[in-house]
Amino acid sequence: MDLIVEGIIQAFVLLVHGDPEVMRVAALSLGISLAATVISLFIGVTLGTAIGLTRFYGRRFLVSLINTGMGAPPVVVGLIVTIMLWRNGPLGVLHILYTPYAMVIAQCVISLPIITGFTMASIQQVNPKLRLQILALGASHGQLLWLLLRETRLPLLSAVMAGFGAIISEVGASMMVGGNITGQTRVLTTAIVMETGKGDFGLAFALSLILMALVYLVNLVLTLIQQRSRPR
Amino acid sequence: MNQAVLEARQLSMVLGERQVLQIPSFQVLPGETLVIMGPNGSGKTTLLLCLALLLKPTAGSLAYHGTTVKDAAAELQLRRRFAVVFQEPLLLDTTVLKNVTMGLHLRGIDSQEAKQRAMEWLGRFGIAALAEQSARTLSGGEAQRASLARALALQPEVLFMDEPFANLDAPTRQALIEDFERILRETKVTTVMVTHDRNEALTLANRVAVLIEGNLRQIGLPHEVFASPTDEGVAGFVGVENVLPGVVSAQSKGIATVTVENQKIDAVSELPAGSRVTVCLHPEDVTLAQPAVEATTSSARNHLTGTVIKVFPIGSQVRITIDCGFPLIALITRRSFEEMGLVTGQNIVASFKASSIYLIPHR
Repeated sequence: MDLIVEGIIQAFVLLVHGDPEVMRVAALSLGISLAATVISLFIGVTLGTAIGLTRFYGRRFLVSLINTGMGAPPVVVGLIVTIMLWRNGPLGVLHILYTPYAMVIAQCVISLPIITGFTMASIQQVNPKLRLQILALGASHGQLLWLLLRETRLPLLSAVMAGFGAIISEVGASMMVGGNITGQTRVLTTAIVMETGKGDFGLAFALSLILMALVYLVNLVLTLIQQRSRPR
Repeated sequence: MNQAVLEARQLSMVLGERQVLQIPSFQVLPGETLVIMGPNGSGKTTLLLCLALLLKPTAGSLAYHGTTVKDAAAELQLRRRFAVVFQEPLLLDTTVLKNVTMGLHLRGIDSQEAKQRAMEWLGRFGIAALAEQSARTLSGGEAQRASLARALALQPEVLFMDEPFANLDAPTRQALIEDFERILRETKVTTVMVTHDRNEALTLANRVAVLIEGNLRQIGLPHEVFASPTDEGVAGFVGVENVLPGVVSAQSKGIATVTVENQKIDAVSELPAGSRVTVCLHPEDVTLAQPAVEATTSSARNHLTGTVIKVFPIGSQVRITIDCGFPLIALITRRSFEEMGLVTGQNIVASFKASSIYLIPHR
């Protein structure tokens, strides 16, 4: 119980005093995860819409891969991205291993199947006749896609929340491709693991509280957008 | 004759290995309300969607005012002259007003005019007060009114409707059909409507087309199709429950005597003796009476004595099956049924006029 109280007090102190290292770690966490979410959103919505609206040979296999990817362990993703970015790996020439860029890539790989899967499911849930109705109203194919996505905005925002939630809280991939380097790739989750390992439970708990507050704030904003978008 | 607004030529649709549509020619004339009827799975909706350019047929072409529609750009331009109302209202998740203005915006109408037109049509369908309400909160009847307002606000050159009243309860449906009939009369918009409800067809149609198993079996004025079906399939679908095979055994001054299972039936027809025919008789054209009463009161030419073998109430009417050597179906009011005290096994006389019978000659 003392540890929890101590953690809350320490978190409060760190936030009030604006501890530069904590702020930097928190900002990096948020920046990396938001960038990965935005990139995954663009790719995932495009892919999910295309797969949701079309029928082609091998579609079921692709859908099963996406569904599996939704539950892919971050450490496995971290391992694969590390191998890809390793000096002698296929993308080694980029020299981005142990940089925030590598962490963005790893987090994209984690959130992309989630956002793609959610988009695909929500697009497939739309009554097929609604597509015909929108076309009948005079929509071009581009306008049809836009209106369908607008119609599925509530589940799509849930997809964003799920994708963001999965990557802001993951630690395995960030540790493996980022290396938890002070001042460069240390993020909240890797810092929590490290402080816990050192036995500094107070600081670990304080960082956890900050992480939870960030997750809550981002989800609060998304929830407000989600709930405001429907007329009463 | 007016040039057709739309004409489908050699239209064919194959789904998997099944031919769902095979129509050599189909025309929609300006200003008419053309009702496409047919049983479930007959290809009605497929035909409607092909005509509305929402479904690409396997083969065939569509001409608009005589010009064949060739590419996607022309299809989009043409779709923007049409409007479609489906069985479900299919409203988007926004306000009623935005639903109605959406199509107008897609067609390049400015916001002010779009809003004005939308409010006008919402008013004509009696739901202007719901304009700012979420479409998801509307009742079934209100939602379908919004859907109709959305279609008519587009001022379409052709309005397509796929069983638009089928999902509504009886009073809502009746009220909406009455409103829609008035609006059709006022706007004279060319309308193609799919239904399997005979009453809707009789109320709204200028012409009726009957589609069975993907083939256009008959097209014509409603009274022609309902009174003079061209084959047994159409007869069965337009409510002719008595469809009996027979042979014309005599012809005299426009009255053909037809032998059906050893019974003689007189029908108004010029068909010569020896013709093999199908006798069509609507069950509501058959009157029933007690044997003693019938001879003195009925002016009908045909009187067949038989035994009641089945009694089946349908709402305010009762469907009676009589064995006259063949099963003959009569539809009488519940009141008549109660007054006559009909029970199964009872002897009864079924009467019908020679002019009530339509003979389909076998080719």
